[in-house]
Amino acid sequence: MSWIDVGHIDDIPLRGARLVKTVQGCVALFRTGPEEVFAASDTCPHKGGPLSEGIIHGKQVTCPLHNWVFSLETGDAQGADQGHIQTYPLRLEAGRLMLDGAALAKRSAA
Amino acid sequence: MTKQKLVVIGAGMASGRMLENLTEGAPDAWDVTLFNAEPRGNYNRIMLSPVLSGEKSYAEIVTHDAAWYEDKGVTCRFGERVIAIDRAAKTVTGEQGTVAYDKLVIASGSNPFMIPLPGHDLDGVIAYRDLEDTNRMIDIAGNPEAKVVVIGGGLLGLEAAAGLRLRGVDVTVVHIAGHLMERQLDEAAGYLLRRALVDKGITIKCGANSKEILGENGKVKALLLDDGTELPCDLLVMAVGIRPNTALAKESGLAVGRGIHVDDQMVTSDADILAVGECVEHDGAIFGLVAPLYDQATVAAKTLMGQGASFVQKELSTKLKVTGCDLFSAGDFVDGEGREDIVFRDPARGVYKRLVIESNRVIGAVFYGDTTDSSWFFGLIRDKTDISEMRETLIFGPNMQGASVDPMQAVAALPADTEICGCNGVCKGRIVEAIEAGATTLAEVRAQTKASGSCGTCTGLVEQVMAVTLGDAFQMPAAASICGCTDLTHEDVRRLIKSQELKSQDAVWQQLSWKTPNGCHVCRPAINYYLLADWPLEYRDDPQSRFVNERNHANIQKDGTYSVVPRMWGGITTANELRAIADAADKYNVPTVKVTGGQRIDLLGVRKEDLPAIWYDLNQAGMVSGHAYSKGLRTVKTCVGKDHCRFGTQDSTGLGIKLEKLLWGSWTPHKVKLGVSGCPRNCAEATCKDVGIVCVDSGYEVSVAGAAGMDVRETELLGKVATEAEAIELTTAFIQLYRENAKYLDRGYKWVAKVGLDWVKEQVVDDLENRAALIARFELSQSIYRKDPWAEHAVQADKYQPLADLTLEAAE
Repeated sequence: MSWIDVGHIDDIPLRGARLVKTVQGCVALFRTGPEEVFAASDTCPHKGGPLSEGIIHGKQVTCPLHNWVFSLETGDAQGADQGHIQTYPLRLEAGRLMLDGAALAKRSAA
Repeated sequence: MTKQKLVVIGAGMASGRMLENLTEGAPDAWDVTLFNAEPRGNYNRIMLSPVLSGEKSYAEIVTHDAAWYEDKGVTCRFGERVIAIDRAAKTVTGEQGTVAYDKLVIASGSNPFMIPLPGHDLDGVIAYRDLEDTNRMIDIAGNPEAKVVVIGGGLLGLEAAAGLRLRGVDVTVVHIAGHLMERQLDEAAGYLLRRALVDKGITIKCGANSKEILGENGKVKALLLDDGTELPCDLLVMAVGIRPNTALAKESGLAVGRGIHVDDQMVTSDADILAVGECVEHDGAIFGLVAPLYDQATVAAKTLMGQGASFVQKELSTKLKVTGCDLFSAGDFVDGEGREDIVFRDPARGVYKRLVIESNRVIGAVFYGDTTDSSWFFGLIRDKTDISEMRETLIFGPNMQGASVDPMQAVAALPADTEICGCNGVCKGRIVEAIEAGATTLAEVRAQTKASGSCGTCTGLVEQVMAVTLGDAFQMPAAASICGCTDLTHEDVRRLIKSQELKSQDAVWQQLSWKTPNGCHVCRPAINYYLLADWPLEYRDDPQSRFVNERNHANIQKDGTYSVVPRMWGGITTANELRAIADAADKYNVPTVKVTGGQRIDLLGVRKEDLPAIWYDLNQAGMVSGHAYSKGLRTVKTCVGKDHCRFGTQDSTGLGIKLEKLLWGSWTPHKVKLGVSGCPRNCAEATCKDVGIVCVDSGYEVSVAGAAGMDVRETELLGKVATEAEAIELTTAFIQLYRENAKYLDRGYKWVAKVGLDWVKEQVVDDLENRAALIARFELSQSIYRKDPWAEHAVQADKYQPLADLTLEAAE
């Protein structure tokens, strides 16, 4: 694993999200609680909606285009919808957000 | 046949019900004169608590107003006290003169009991009995520093305290007994109730003896207790009980004990005088709850009509009308020989149930925290049902009793004289009659029987009676909750946010027992809107509870780009503005430039990162956000009006600009579109807008509730006014009424269809005071919200950029 510092948790509003650009496209960081952040794909598998623009509630996000709901813990679509978004390891160290570069790199291989 | 003369003293709930029965049963037999010391007709006194807490208005609890009495031919002498009854001459003398009677009904009610403590006559020491007392308490709540002490931890005292607390007042309840409501509750339930009230912020002192009321300059200052504690207060409410008002009866020589003695036919010791209500004593008992008063009223009316009827005392039950405290008590629950208890306790859920059994019959019940099955248990007590067969599962309620799991069956099995609506004393039989006479909706049943018309807790039961009576013809209306996070409807939540003064999302989640930690994409935008509409000064708008368009102040398109629409006031633009728009389109590679249906220019296909920059440029050219994305004011469409058009009657463009400058930025339950046309040719298509104004020679026709979207609706006329200023006032008041009352995401036309245009007219056309208050509240809200979000966000460009760019690192 190679942890990359991408910013401070307070750069993301509470129950908001920010993007991290990678060569394979954007990864979204979702802040669900004062000390809780999840990293996942920004793209809804339904029609490609930008999940980072969705409303974040509990540990879930709702796609802003057609209201698909995803668990940020498992990446699975909730309710009747079938679908999955990739999630990525993320560490919080003294407020710094650390993404696993190795996991991001694997993304390209997949 | 000459009419007999009937005189009635008192216009309270018992008297109202009796006259209702009498005028229905024998409309032409009596010439009725009604005296009332209060300067008004009859209102539902038991609903004063919801008035105090702000959950209802006085108008909603009136049961018989002056017009009702007039309609029934009753001569009303309101505000006139009766001085004497002369039984020999058969006359009643009021302050304004004497009336003769053939029959007299005394319904003088009761007086609140005031403990004769030193200082009880100070200004600011009141009872909790009538509208005046209630208004005194509402007034004191206007002072944020106010402190109130309530003496009495019974039903009335606690309802007063809870109502005051809901209005934000610092309240202390002083109670002489060891636990609250000791006449209705045992210690354990009293403890749970106390804990719930303390959680609401009410201070409770049990086992406290009041010694003296202290004053300053003739005004109450504090309550002094036996133990030396001094409780400062600006108002002291004594709610310790009532005494039958028997003075007149006593002076006229009627037999009086604690109350006026009556027999089973409600006749006093004088055969021509009857008495009903809280002033009577029947078989040693006096009465303070509403159900027996209504029974008495029915019996008295039948006695007057010469029909045989007898008043029978029944078991009584009590419910506390305090939001969030579910409490039910009935029968006798004092420990005694040969009595056994069945107790169920779940402290974690705050649920406590206790049944008292004697000779295989339930004789008493106390429930706290879960009262869903209380009417079933009450039935067991009232009918003296033998419970030996179901004793093992009795405490778990009717659903555990084998076959009778279907609540419909249980309702079907209820006898016709079962009381369904406690507030209005309506039994099942009366509801069934109304249905058989043609009532098919809840509203019709409510109008004809008054069932569920007051506090509304019996609405479900009334609907069940309708369902079993009408069969398939009745569709149970599903009171849809907002979403899966709560069982409450939008309307419930709006009411509770106001009445409980919930001013943050966390307060809503906690106080209204949300099932999720912070809502979901359905409820959070709604709650965010309700909070900012009700508390514009206190609440801080939460961007994370807004849909993407509102958060990003532009419309997201299917490919993730955005469209940007600058405001064009009233559809007017300039060459400079057009030039700036054209420059922006070039600079940010806008692929599509389109004229919208609302007379504006849409720049489609802007990338999110470019939004702050394009806003900055457009702002520099004097343009602000068009809110084309918002649940708020969108556009005011106009025609050219009298300046250019040969038919135009008024300055419709100018009015459109004025309206747009006044209303822009105001968040509303759904989008709001306006149109102003200069003549009935209606080039601005004003008659399919949320508010449409058509200028005519004599002034302005303001109409509302149109639509041209999923539904197409023509507007309905709200009012016709002579001046432009009045047209603006009507529009503003209408929009504020919509802001304060509609469900989130209901367009204006849907909301008007629900509340009725007549009600809207009452609020904004007829009631000038209310119109002004609505406008004032709108202006207050606009002092916070009339601002250009583009200007604020143009300087936060970094927020629209990615947090980090790993494209280089990942490539390494």
